[in-house]
Amino acid sequence: MGVNIVVCIKQTFDTEAKIVLDNNGQIDPNGVNMIINPYDEFAIEEGIRLKEKFGGEVTVVSLGGSRTQEALRTALAMGADKAILVSDAALDRVDEWTVAEVLTKVVSGLAYDLILAGRIAIDDGSSQVAVRLAENLGIPSVSSVLKIEVNEGEATVMREIDGGTELIAVNLPCLLTAQKGLNEPRYPSVAGIMKAKKKELKSLTLQDLNMNAEDLVAKMQIARYSLPTPRQGGRKVPGDAAAAARELARLLREEAKVL
Amino acid sequence: MAKAIWIFVEQRKGQIRKVSLELLSQGRKIATEVGEPLVAVIVGHGLETLARDIAGYGADKVIMVDDAKFAEYSTGPFTSALNQLIRQEEPQAVLFGNTAIGKDLAPRLAQRLGVGLASDCTDMLVDHESFLAFKRPIYAGKAFAHVKTNVRPVLATIRPNTFPLATPDLGRDAEVVRANPSIDASDLKAIVKEVVIAASKRPELTEANIIVSGGRGMKGPENYAILEELADVLGAAVGASRAAVDAGWREHKYQVGQTGKTVSPNLYIACGISGAIQHLAGMGSSKVIVAINKDPEANIFNVADYGIVGDLFEVVPLLTQECRKLVQD
Repeated sequence: MGVNIVVCIKQTFDTEAKIVLDNNGQIDPNGVNMIINPYDEFAIEEGIRLKEKFGGEVTVVSLGGSRTQEALRTALAMGADKAILVSDAALDRVDEWTVAEVLTKVVSGLAYDLILAGRIAIDDGSSQVAVRLAENLGIPSVSSVLKIEVNEGEATVMREIDGGTELIAVNLPCLLTAQKGLNEPRYPSVAGIMKAKKKELKSLTLQDLNMNAEDLVAKMQIARYSLPTPRQGGRKVPGDAAAAARELARLLREEAKVL
Repeated sequence: MAKAIWIFVEQRKGQIRKVSLELLSQGRKIATEVGEPLVAVIVGHGLETLARDIAGYGADKVIMVDDAKFAEYSTGPFTSALNQLIRQEEPQAVLFGNTAIGKDLAPRLAQRLGVGLASDCTDMLVDHESFLAFKRPIYAGKAFAHVKTNVRPVLATIRPNTFPLATPDLGRDAEVVRANPSIDASDLKAIVKEVVIAASKRPELTEANIIVSGGRGMKGPENYAILEELADVLGAAVGASRAAVDAGWREHKYQVGQTGKTVSPNLYIACGISGAIQHLAGMGSSKVIVAINKDPEANIFNVADYGIVGDLFEVVPLLTQECRKLVQD
């Protein structure tokens, strides 16, 4: 039958990265190792698996600076067919609405049966862009998906909810966001990396998309960033196991008042 | 123009989610501060008995959408319903719990309304220019963004356990208004076929007041029994570190950290957890942290309010005994 799949990905800081603010109070990206957002890796892997099963094409799409090309190349090396990067200096301060508007423009120009994305980006942690994209495209979406079964014109998916799961039948085209547990992403093979160099990676500006920065002013403003106050840890409860356990229980009740 | 603060009250099978009551409690304070009404919006089926509880937590008015077609949560119908109500009533702000439903519904609704959304907030303040300003953890709590918007309505999802529950005033009354928003065929492209709620007497990880969590030091899946015993005594949830989940000892839904759940319970008991930066990011906002680890140099001790250096297989059962005594008193 052939399933055309668009996977939206984001390049994020490594989970091991320490967050530092620069002199202007902005998050400092210097010296930080960049990775594909881990949840987006599940989306890429699922897209490739569905393509391998049904035929079709996987296009990865991202918005970001020129470094984002690395993330897209990795996705191509895993097995995606084409990549599109939207990169524009005017997209310096964006919010979820802006990103969704830009992605809508890109994705509406593509043929798709299924759009996949991670359920959350581990940097801004807002879980919004994919769902907003689905709304703009007028297609249904299911968030936090653990299992996908594609049939003719329809998919049956299992979604994680608080304390359980839901089984949902959803019409194609649709958008699904990937939760950990959906699959185990592959590492790019050497052959995959070689092939990826020849695959198409298109870079677009807002002008290429017929869009103006003035129409894309973020709805949310970030007034400032701050860092958490370091916790004052280090206090040890003395004594052998029995004495320490007894003292800890007492402290939790009488001092911390949490029991 | 009706100015009001709306709380989306989430319920499942007639049971109101704790985070919704937390939002009503805090919403009441803010509504009083700005002198505007607090309105609860609840969507579902068979909701008659819930209005009194909602009123008790401070709502001035309850907008009730009670219809069989809203019996189970589904993105399309719920988005349509709220979109219609919001366009009709024009509230200043609409607040949701950052739950599976809140995370799915709020972004879709925000896009349909063409407004911003502050996700997973851990603080909310009255702001003269933008009505409300929010603090939200980014990089799983390694930093915070302080955000606001000039667009109305202001939409936000608030993390569970952020605001304390008020003592309900059972004598309080609220005006109950029934609404009948329509849905159309395009809302029904995704149909919930089956809902499976795991039978568990334990609280949900993100809503739990106390979490007992185990890492690599647990040495194997069978040993979580000692944490479950402690959790049973404390009415706690049981969490795990990424190391334990990657080893296949616990399911991912129990993972605490940057690639799992971010939690802020009153008490977090970390057993055999070294304290990797990505774990600390997920639980660093807990009010009190306890660490039990045999390595005195473990990083977790740097953030723990109380630490015991020792063998968790010896300490945890003893702690369970001590807590049982306290709870029975």
